[in-house]
Amino acid sequence: MKLKELEGRLQQVDVFESPKLLLEQYPTRPHIAGFDIDEDALDIFRTNAEEFELQNVDLVQCDICALPSTILEKSVDTIIMNPPFGTKHNKGMDMTFLKSALQMARTAVYSLHKTSTRNHVQKKAADWKVKMEVVAELRYDLPASYKFHKKKSVDIEVDFIRFSFD
Amino acid sequence: MKLLTHNMLRSHVSGVTRGFPLIIRADEVKLNSVDFNREFVTRMIPKLEWEALVQSAESLGHGSDLPRELVSGYENDEEFLKKVHHVLLEVEVLEGALKCPESGTEFPINRGIPNMLINEEES
Repeated sequence: MKLKELEGRLQQVDVFESPKLLLEQYPTRPHIAGFDIDEDALDIFRTNAEEFELQNVDLVQCDICALPSTILEKSVDTIIMNPPFGTKHNKGMDMTFLKSALQMARTAVYSLHKTSTRNHVQKKAADWKVKMEVVAELRYDLPASYKFHKKKSVDIEVDFIRFSFD
Repeated sequence: MKLLTHNMLRSHVSGVTRGFPLIIRADEVKLNSVDFNREFVTRMIPKLEWEALVQSAESLGHGSDLPRELVSGYENDEEFLKKVHHVLLEVEVLEGALKCPESGTEFPINRGIPNMLINEEES
């Protein structure tokens, strides 16, 4: 598949119809997520998965952050996630997600974090004794999704980070 | 919910020690056709809770005569690997519930998605 074609296909996926502020949902480039707390998000994912005829995808509705650390411990190889940035009403939520993900993964966690918080993330990674590597610096173009968003869209600098245990 | 996913889910109701395996109550089961990937299945087997997988598959009536215990040398047994593939990926519970073996708490499965959120009123 040519890159242009892939881009075209990625544009076709449905985005959140009514994003929820507390869950910090924004339409971003899609990633396949097995776990979500929000039923509407899971519904949209299912529709997309059917549309793209993805066979090996399964969904579970749960609150990753509310699970005791022993549940799902080291139960998957790699986690790819786009946690809430941990701003607004969600302060610190990004690190709660990261901590849970690190407990669930055997090999690595790929995660997106605001570039402005990189020092903080580095400090946490050192505390938890995990290796951290910024794989890419990205620029998100977030279209206005909530009423309090004044601008039509806003660019946000984001780090795509790989955390690993070796 | 495929049985591969079921194999990693546990009950997290407070006070429960193991909460595994969750008992499946299936009201609707769908059989899908999924491409067989030998390498994937072979590498997945050591990561599974084998006994729980066999038990759960049998409870759905899709046990495929899998042995209760893993037999060594299974990597070279194509027929066996295909059976595991079927049980892991092709049997899907669409409607029903998962029941915590200790507390009896039920987690509903709707349109293939188990809802593991604990209802505050129940807990």
